[in-house]
Amino acid sequence: MENLETPQPAATDAKPILTAQDIVKCFDETAVLKGISLNIAEGDLVSIIGPSGCGKSTFLRCLNFLEIPDSGSVTIDGITISRTGADQQWDSATAVQARALRARVGMVFQSFNLFPHKTLLENVMLAPMVVKRQERISVEDRALELLKKVRLGDFARRYPSQLSGGQQQRAAIARALAMAPKVMLYDEPTSALDPELVDEVLQVMRDLDKDGMTQIVVTHEMRFAREASDYIVFMQDGEIVEIADDDEIFQNPKDPRTRQFLRRFMEGAKP
Amino acid sequence: MTRRALIGLILAVAVMAGTAAAQDKPVLLWGADAKADAPYAFIDPRDQRTLVGFEKEIIDAVAQRMGRRAQLVQNDWATLVPGLNRHLYDVIINGLEITPNHEEAVDFSIPYYYTYEQLAVRIGDDRFSNLAELAGQKVGTLKASLGERILEKTGNIVVKVYDDEVNAYGDLANGRLEAVLMDYPIALYYGAPNPAVRLVGDPVGRIRYGIAMRKGDVELQKQINQALREIINSGQLRAILERWKLWTPMMADELNDFSPSNAVPVDYDKFMAETAPLTGWRKILMRYIGFLPLLAKGAVVTLEVSILGMMLAVAAGLFLAVVRQYGPRLASIAAVGYIEAVRGTPLLIQVLFIFYGLPNIGIKLQPFVAGVLALGLNYAAYEAENYRAGLNAIPSGQMEAAVALNMTQMQALRHVIVPQAFRLVMPVMTNDFISLLKDSSLISVITMSELTRTYEQLSTTYYDYFGTGLLVGAVYLLIGLPFVRLARWTEERLKVDSHTGHRRTAGTPSASRTPAMVK
Repeated sequence: MENLETPQPAATDAKPILTAQDIVKCFDETAVLKGISLNIAEGDLVSIIGPSGCGKSTFLRCLNFLEIPDSGSVTIDGITISRTGADQQWDSATAVQARALRARVGMVFQSFNLFPHKTLLENVMLAPMVVKRQERISVEDRALELLKKVRLGDFARRYPSQLSGGQQQRAAIARALAMAPKVMLYDEPTSALDPELVDEVLQVMRDLDKDGMTQIVVTHEMRFAREASDYIVFMQDGEIVEIADDDEIFQNPKDPRTRQFLRRFMEGAKP
Repeated sequence: MTRRALIGLILAVAVMAGTAAAQDKPVLLWGADAKADAPYAFIDPRDQRTLVGFEKEIIDAVAQRMGRRAQLVQNDWATLVPGLNRHLYDVIINGLEITPNHEEAVDFSIPYYYTYEQLAVRIGDDRFSNLAELAGQKVGTLKASLGERILEKTGNIVVKVYDDEVNAYGDLANGRLEAVLMDYPIALYYGAPNPAVRLVGDPVGRIRYGIAMRKGDVELQKQINQALREIINSGQLRAILERWKLWTPMMADELNDFSPSNAVPVDYDKFMAETAPLTGWRKILMRYIGFLPLLAKGAVVTLEVSILGMMLAVAAGLFLAVVRQYGPRLASIAAVGYIEAVRGTPLLIQVLFIFYGLPNIGIKLQPFVAGVLALGLNYAAYEAENYRAGLNAIPSGQMEAAVALNMTQMQALRHVIVPQAFRLVMPVMTNDFISLLKDSSLISVITMSELTRTYEQLSTTYYDYFGTGLLVGAVYLLIGLPFVRLARWTEERLKVDSHTGHRRTAGTPSASRTPAMVK
């Protein structure tokens, strides 16, 4: 299969914390993911780019089983879930595995998906209290710390609707971090934001990168992808076309499809 | 409030109702329908907490002689005998005639009262003074009474059967009937006082009222007969009957007691004075003011049943909606079946079924519990549909975010989805509660003394459907008013929310997400 020949980036010194093996996903007979494999090392910041509908968001959602892949396997921090085909049942044992896996993954959505009936502080505190049954006092201290980290310390008692999109997305990041994930997934985190609000979100992600967080970002922000990523994955039609160092892919893309996508993109039109 | 707590509360109410009285003397439970039928056993119009009537006094006297304490068990007249056989009470004393038919079902004491059927006609109509002259005419009587049997036997009389004596005499007064034939005590208390009605003719037939007990309850029968003989011989029975103006020549014959009577019928006079149609607005006003405590009591019962019913509806409705939406396939189908069945059948049928039908399979419920259950289970179906609309209106990203935070589906529902859906459905829910408040009038059919029942009772006692009707309507409006305001307020709040996006997910247009009004 073509994707097996997909070039992997030069092995870094760190061990892989996330491995996706041959992920296939179909919606109504249409193959959205045609067998995707990817290794991500601890502490890496990886951007996934590609035209709309190329399957990059679906791939991201397969990594924490919001979308259940038809076949393939995902390993995150030692937890592996393998799927043999679309007809394989999603039994309760697998569901338990999926929860163990999700405990190691945080996710940030394009539309933030903050809980509108709760304050920012409550948003951040909810999952640790409900899922991990941690004590309110320690959870609250940690939540305030996280909000401070994303520069929302003064907004802890506000409701999401009282905040700008950028502030909401930063709160969503804090909420994900509260579960102490090993890997953060971002699904177009800045696409719903006004341009002047994009940077404050990207800055938080840069800060996390400095702290050594492993992050996978599906994005249209080419500047951010180029500046901040350790490397870039280019996807098209459900396949990984090219994985390359940021400068390499922008200055000298190997695959003609990558070249075409980037040329069109640089000409100004958002894909 | 959790479902478990609600069920506990309902059970507690049921237990309280069941253990109301505990005194030293052993209790003699007697079954009767104490609705509004003077002079047998009925609620005192002046004091709604007191039961009065000549039968009430007789059973008190009998019980006293037996060294026991009589306690009423309210039961519909039509189902008194089944209730006896179900051990709801020990005896029946409620104008039950000693007839061969009845004797097949129960055993009787010696008679405590002898009476007859009394004919009544319109004042100014001198054509009729006996049954023979009424050939071809419309004559009213009570359902399943001796009067009905006599009229049927007479032939060529058009028999009109009534559930309620007030309506029969009312129809006589306004010309729908030419005559009415009823037990003498009823004619005396409901026919004679009607200014358009007069009693005519000789006694028709002969009726014996007896105290009924279960077949084969020989020991009880012996004791009761003994006690009855004592109150007859001591003159106590006659004294009671005289006070109620029920000591007739027939009674003198039967008891062989022809001493002249000087007693004043004080209880009869009191009842007539209390229920006579009033003239003068001041008196009428005073009477209506006198109704207020009773109406307040009815309003409290209506509110209690409605609020508990709504709590049950909210809890069960939420359960149904969640099971329908998120439960396993079979459970989901069952929930849909329940919702459709309940919404597709009349509430009145459900009320009657729960109260009168379920005892057939061994589930006997107190009227209050049955009322709460019927209203709650019925409205649960409507609330379930309401909540489904609310659940559907929550953007799917909310569930995804919760799952991504590693919540289980139940945790996500409980902490994220349901609280948001609840806000959306508040206006519809509040409106539903107002509907429920009004529908609670249907449970008056299962002997609950709520507002509608109070209306029936007052209007039949005072022959006044008009003024009391306006009064009761006003009370319904009054107790519904706070909830109408609440509904407005929640609607306004939701409207503001959807304009500003406040407390809604930003980035998702909310206008299209208002819940569909499902009812």
